[in-house]
Amino acid sequence: MEPAEIIPHSGGVIGASWLMIALPLLGAAILLLGGRRTNAWGHYLGVLMSLGSFVVAVLAFLQLAGGRYSIRLFDFIPGIADISLLVDPLSISFCLLITGVGSLIHIYSIGYMSHDPDRRRFFAYLNLFVAAMLLLVLSSNYVGLFIGWEGVGLASYLLIGFWQFKPTAAAAAKKAFIVNRVGDFGLLVGIFLMWTTFGSLAFGDISGKVGEASQGTLTAIGLLLLLGACGKSAQLPLQSWLLDAMEGPTPVSALIHAATMVTAGVYLVVRSGFIFEGAPTAQLVVTIVGVATLLAGAIIGCAKDDIKKGLAGSTMSQIGYMMLGAGLGPAGYAFAIGHLITHGFFKANMFLGAGSVMHGMNDEVNMRKYGGLFSVMKVTAVTFIIGYLAIIGFPLLSGYFTKDGIIETAMHHNQILGWLAVAGAGLTGFYMSRMVFMTFFGKRRWDSEAHPHESPAVMTVPLIILSIGSIFLGGYLVLSNRLMLFLAPAVGRPEELPVFHWNSVAGLATLALVAVGAVLAWFKYGKAEVPEVAPRGSFVTVFARRDLYGDALNEALLMRPGQWLTRIAVFFDNRGIDGLVNGLAATIGGSSGRLRRLQTGFARTYALSILFGAAVLAGALLLVGNL
Amino acid sequence: MNGIQAPTIEYGALAPMLVIFGAAVIGVLVEAFAPRYLRKSIHVPLTLLSTAGAFVLVIFQVISGVPTTAAAMGAVAVDGPALFFWGVILVLSFVSVLLVIDDEHFVASAAAVPGSAAEEEAEISGGAHTEVYPLILFAVGGMLLFASSNDLLVMFVGLEVMSLPLYLLCGLARRRRLLSQEASMKYFLLGAFSSAFFLYGMAFVYGFAGSVDLSKINDALGTVGGLDTVLLIGLGLLGVGLLFKIGAAPFQAWKPDVYQGAPTPVTALMASGTLVAAFGAVLRVFWVALGNLDWDWRPVMWGVAILTMIVGAVLAITQTDIKRMLAYSSIAHAGFLLIGVIATSPDAEGNATSLSAIMFYLLVYGITTVGAFAVVTMVRDAGGEATHLSRWAGLGRRSPMLAGVFAFFLLAFAGIPLTSGFFGKYAVFAAAVANGATPLVVVGVVSSAIAAFFYVRVIVLMFFSEPAADGPTIAVPTAATAAVITLAAAVTVVLGVFPQPVLDLADKAASALFIR
Repeated sequence: MEPAEIIPHSGGVIGASWLMIALPLLGAAILLLGGRRTNAWGHYLGVLMSLGSFVVAVLAFLQLAGGRYSIRLFDFIPGIADISLLVDPLSISFCLLITGVGSLIHIYSIGYMSHDPDRRRFFAYLNLFVAAMLLLVLSSNYVGLFIGWEGVGLASYLLIGFWQFKPTAAAAAKKAFIVNRVGDFGLLVGIFLMWTTFGSLAFGDISGKVGEASQGTLTAIGLLLLLGACGKSAQLPLQSWLLDAMEGPTPVSALIHAATMVTAGVYLVVRSGFIFEGAPTAQLVVTIVGVATLLAGAIIGCAKDDIKKGLAGSTMSQIGYMMLGAGLGPAGYAFAIGHLITHGFFKANMFLGAGSVMHGMNDEVNMRKYGGLFSVMKVTAVTFIIGYLAIIGFPLLSGYFTKDGIIETAMHHNQILGWLAVAGAGLTGFYMSRMVFMTFFGKRRWDSEAHPHESPAVMTVPLIILSIGSIFLGGYLVLSNRLMLFLAPAVGRPEELPVFHWNSVAGLATLALVAVGAVLAWFKYGKAEVPEVAPRGSFVTVFARRDLYGDALNEALLMRPGQWLTRIAVFFDNRGIDGLVNGLAATIGGSSGRLRRLQTGFARTYALSILFGAAVLAGALLLVGNL
Repeated sequence: MNGIQAPTIEYGALAPMLVIFGAAVIGVLVEAFAPRYLRKSIHVPLTLLSTAGAFVLVIFQVISGVPTTAAAMGAVAVDGPALFFWGVILVLSFVSVLLVIDDEHFVASAAAVPGSAAEEEAEISGGAHTEVYPLILFAVGGMLLFASSNDLLVMFVGLEVMSLPLYLLCGLARRRRLLSQEASMKYFLLGAFSSAFFLYGMAFVYGFAGSVDLSKINDALGTVGGLDTVLLIGLGLLGVGLLFKIGAAPFQAWKPDVYQGAPTPVTALMASGTLVAAFGAVLRVFWVALGNLDWDWRPVMWGVAILTMIVGAVLAITQTDIKRMLAYSSIAHAGFLLIGVIATSPDAEGNATSLSAIMFYLLVYGITTVGAFAVVTMVRDAGGEATHLSRWAGLGRRSPMLAGVFAFFLLAFAGIPLTSGFFGKYAVFAAAVANGATPLVVVGVVSSAIAAFFYVRVIVLMFFSEPAADGPTIAVPTAATAAVITLAAAVTVVLGVFPQPVLDLADKAASALFIR
């Protein structure tokens, strides 16, 4: 079934959906411009703006009824793009996720950041992020999408480096920014290519004109968009920034680096479905990237002792699943988005749970220093375990339905992809169980000064709400294909609706492998004693611990040659500088210095140059005029 | 018997100009009769109210319908573009006057020899040159006339009425007075020199056309034969006078010296208002009077534009003084604007696109410029404004807000998207490409890239260098200065995100082109 027509719309709640973006943007502006004066109430304003957006999103969702509406706000670049919004089932799903989970994380942050002197700035950035992310998903053309895309990149940079006094945080922020630059460049070139090919950048126009473009062009556009998606969603080969991004405050990891921003790549691929459906090669590459990342993330997750980095590896892996789903065409979109939404819940749930643990443990992140925390922080532990069961795909919980949907669809599409995805699920069972056993069970390996305690209600209530979502959302969305039918007007759907079988081969194999993984983890980390210092481990462990040598690879292939290049450039640059103040200018600086000597400061010289100029001007006019 | 017929004057159409000139005359009377201690408190409201009032009158005219014939017996053309230019000039003068209010900028007694006892005495007694206000009003009135003149003689009068007060104002800086007086002298000498060219050119053109009326000159282009040499020489000399005022190469030499020496609020006015007025005049001469001759002047203007952009961008790189750097940047921007002047097209619609682009560019560039100079006035040390670039090192550490705003203005000058500067450049370049001046746009983009280098260098200097131990202090801004910076930043942001309403306004003003 093809996507529905986009209808211009104004008025009503849908016409006012720009409020969703405007409210948090206003919040960010007030908090940033107001400075210290807003310290006392800044966090409440931040929460309020986010909740306001959520209310608008819910009202718009209720009004939508499967329609696709474009709301034109204003002209932006005349003749190329305007700023207009596209409210359709796909974008509204994201809006609900972003503002809903976002609001919960805002509330949680009131407690989590209560001791931070810069809490107001933190909320300003969170608001900025929400506004940019909503612009990204609501824009009806690639220009607005790109502005939002860069906006979330900026917010992510600011928030990873929020504790910029820590050199590691500053470096991580920079790394995230630079790696994303590679992806953003791909997206930008992809947008340029679409402009030259289709003469428009609006989703509606391009989807109507896809037939005019050649297969090669579509493949090129698809691959460039995929490069952008890889950067933002931490997919291979641009995955390296996400693990370091955990330097940011934990609510940031939950909101930006788990639930929302990192899924922007999946959004891009699904939203650009009209391109990918016309370019099977690009689609194949998407699925390969997805599968490779889901395995790589899972392997990395197996070896991390830092609870947040373990979760980050798992995020990579889960987004790999979504990417895989997004590469499977209309049959996979609904599962990809479904998994994205449920993942938003259970991963935010677990990240916030990890934050709650850290809050009680003097910001310790090393799981080897945890153990036996179940009895001291029951709410955190129970909600975390619900998230855990959801992510490993425990029957009837959220992740079970959505991940299984992706695996089944992949299996149907290509057996190899399918079985690799099943293997990834087994790994997930192992590393997530390892995390739960190391943190909440076993012997207490706490530092002497740690006094773990349950977090305040402002932090636990969001955990409880998220864990409820982690239990029921998946079943609600997948059973009787609710989400697929809801999204169909926006992204299309397969002619034949999938039917959920609990006893399919892939499903059973997945369950079996997950069980094996969990049991292995139990023997190694539950039953056996966990050493407080990590053992050296086999080469496989070291390989995983070092993020599959991703950083080493980047360093050897990109950083060192890059540094060489800059050194060479600086060498030549220095040649050109004539000892001029602050000068970095090379050749131009040199000629500039020579030209500057004409500026003698003598009025007579200037007058002479005017005379000379006048003669040349008149002479040239005569010459041209008499030709 | 037939006596001399009294000319008809459309007072309504000319009202904004009359308000400004009237206020200027009142200002002179205030100087003559009001006691010294009262003068400033009369001048400031008078100047601001008259500028604001004139602006309101402009708006009123726009609403009540733009006249379709030239006013004052064809001497002044109050058409769509003129009203737009007037509005822009008045806004820019208003904000520049807000900068003037701070007493720190102007000398206590201009007649006292720098460093003499008389100077010290004047400073202690708190003397102030309140003549600054009427002088500015005369200059603004001159700008209005210059941009709307429909006749070469009137244009010359406008040019002089605008320039003479500015020559004086340049010499009134409170600090570094010798530099200021030198600037004033140079500006006067060179200005007079170029005015002579203008006048001489006018004589040639009159010799050709038998009239100084712009539209009659245009009519004569097709009918008078055999005098082409006279016309072309005249055109060249007229061009010298006009290109001098916009600071196009090779007539740009005065700009850095004068911008550096003049009191910064005056620099702000010159860099914004004068540029707008001068482009108004350039457009009238080249488009109205010589519109049918564009095959002849276009190639030469191509050369001028290319040279201007390159000279501005390249020379800015080695500047070590922030005001000189901004002066070269202003030269480069004049070059970008000239691209728009050259981008004429055979059909009216194409011309309207170029015209609207130029007008939008002038507005956004003018506002950002005033804002940037307002920031310059705030960075001070013991010797007044600390304009040497090395003194700006590490400013971002000490005063992140101010440095951030300045960095933003610089990005707007560089034409980075989401600033108004981007749309200014985009509009002009797009119009030029549409009208077949693509090679010029290529030069424009390349020089923009060069220019971006020195803008970004200042940003790097402010944010990534260690501040000097004895670095300049950031003056606490007066409410007026703070307002100017806020307004300029706000306009730069808003027009960087929602340019459409103002673009529409410029389109509308440009749609009817110039009346002839």
